[in-house]
Amino acid sequence: MKDIIVENICKSFPKEHIQALDDINIEVEKGELFGLIGPDGAGKTTLFRILTTLLLADSGSAIVNGSDVVKDYKAIRRKVGYMPGKFSLYQDLSVEENLSFFATIFNTSIKENYDLIKDIYEHIEPFKNRRAGALSGGMKQKLALCCALIHRPEVLFLDEPTTGVDTVSRKEFWDMLKRLKMEGITIIVSTPYMDEANLCERIALMQKGKILSVNTPTHIKSSFPDPLFAIKTEHMIKLLADLRAIPEIKSVHSFGEYHHITLNEPSENELQLLHQTLANDKHEAIDIKKIEPEIEDCFIQLMSN
Amino acid sequence: MKQFMIFVKKEFKHVFRDSKTLLMLFGLPIVQIVLFGFALSNEIKSADVLICDHANNNYSHEIIHKISASKSFEVKRVTTDHSEIEEAFKQGSAKIAIVIPSDIEDQIFHSTHGSLQVISDASDPNTASTLTSYISNIIMDYKQTLNAGNSPPMQVVPEIRMLYNPTLKGATNFVPGVISLVLLLVCVLMTSVSIVKEKESGSMEILLVSPMNPFTVIISKAVPYFFLSLINLTVILIMSVVLLDMPLNGSIFLLYFESSILILCALSLGLLISNSTDSQQAAMLISLMGMLIPTMLLTGFLFPLENMPLPLQYFANILPSKWYFIIVKSIMIKGLGISAIYKETLILIGMTVLLLFISIRKFKIRLS
Repeated sequence: MKDIIVENICKSFPKEHIQALDDINIEVEKGELFGLIGPDGAGKTTLFRILTTLLLADSGSAIVNGSDVVKDYKAIRRKVGYMPGKFSLYQDLSVEENLSFFATIFNTSIKENYDLIKDIYEHIEPFKNRRAGALSGGMKQKLALCCALIHRPEVLFLDEPTTGVDTVSRKEFWDMLKRLKMEGITIIVSTPYMDEANLCERIALMQKGKILSVNTPTHIKSSFPDPLFAIKTEHMIKLLADLRAIPEIKSVHSFGEYHHITLNEPSENELQLLHQTLANDKHEAIDIKKIEPEIEDCFIQLMSN
Repeated sequence: MKQFMIFVKKEFKHVFRDSKTLLMLFGLPIVQIVLFGFALSNEIKSADVLICDHANNNYSHEIIHKISASKSFEVKRVTTDHSEIEEAFKQGSAKIAIVIPSDIEDQIFHSTHGSLQVISDASDPNTASTLTSYISNIIMDYKQTLNAGNSPPMQVVPEIRMLYNPTLKGATNFVPGVISLVLLLVCVLMTSVSIVKEKESGSMEILLVSPMNPFTVIISKAVPYFFLSLINLTVILIMSVVLLDMPLNGSIFLLYFESSILILCALSLGLLISNSTDSQQAAMLISLMGMLIPTMLLTGFLFPLENMPLPLQYFANILPSKWYFIIVKSIMIKGLGISAIYKETLILIGMTVLLLFISIRKFKIRLS
């Protein structure tokens, strides 16, 4: 069963001359952990706001948990959980006050659904009397997640929940999402971090209001068209310039420790030649190896098409 | 109902946990009452008087004594040099000068009318005319005590009674004005900021994606400020009765009832402003500029409305404070009941209903 169906959604902001969403089509299965991956300005938040009935699309239609986002907006507001990208709880209320406020707003109580948030709430319970504004970034996100979950929503929308959160808390956060998935909640999460894409069941890569690809992370990675090589020498900056000057190389991108390249006609011979050329350019400790593409490689490749 | 209660509780917490809001809510009214009650009054206290006494006898001394005994005057100097008068006016060391002729005694007893010169600095016309009328009163009074024994021939003396405010105290006019100003300002400002704050912080996004209906949000926003404003009103009333000797002749229940209507009216206006703006600054600016200036100028407590050009008089009719000002004066000073002010009351109720209706209609169920 499809829990979310997005068909031909377009949205522009004429005042800012931005086409935020351009003909978006997505389907999300019930109980799926679905990721929207893309940089800032890709249109992730706009799509979330349309799906949570906060914005009206210019054209196209969307159905969330069987309800139309325009006609049945009231029904959707009862059964979805939404965590905006910006921390939006009341900073001057304590952790516990925030939670019980949102529980009551949704006609429920902390007690009623405590089992759902127990694992998450335990992390912040020692600070339950602290004002939300005084919590650390990771704690704030956990509290916000608790508040979004307290009414046991059918669909959970998480807009960049891990942005600005430390690595340990990010990992914890994703573990929590996996556990929530087991409760049967459909989760849509957006993130600008490509490495988090692997933690989703299926992902949509977004860029400038368009969807580049929708599939499982494995499938997206395996559909990378060319063999990919990582290359490293002692002079990485000079290497980048030199690689770009070589006509046999199809693409070069800097990836931290290594540069990732693809070749026009990949073969053992070509690699040997490349090695030779770099040696002639006075590069030392040349290290070239074949690697499996990551989501980021795929994203860049799709983007440049 | 539970939703409503927790929302109201939350609003109270916002208010009590923010010292700035608290200060604005309770500091502002106190400062305004003190300012308007004591500092900014058109009563004249201790105006400097220069007396040029050419007579220097019992009668002139008596007159000088009477003047200096009045709270309105302070006799700066008694001189015999006429030229000092102009000098004093130029320096601004005297507001009014009195010249007592050398034959004052003769004039009083042997002529039908005696005269005494009063010179006033009319660069401020209001003060000048008020001071000269005070002086004339004192002289008239003195004349009557002199004539007490023998009845003078044929005289028409106007018997003046200043109804409701016999001592012409400024506070009597200002306090009702200040009450309406403070209630209006505080309510409009507080409520307009409170909704916009939720928009700015993003919590409005979460509230919208919840089963709460807009009506509940609006009403629960208004309730805390309604009660806080009633407390405010009580503080203002106590201060004005205790500190400023304001009379409270009418029914206190009626006063609270009418004030509740004004508060509701102001709250609705505040909600309307907050539904139409996106930032706290904009909301504050509109509330301050849009409320403070028209309320101050066109309510009638600083400048009489009757003296204004017709368009301004018509415009004043849409200000709730104008009607409330009339109501408060009628209740507190004249001690009138509801039958005398039902028209003003109905106008206020009408305004409130209209504003509340518009602000609920304007409440956005989506972003932008």
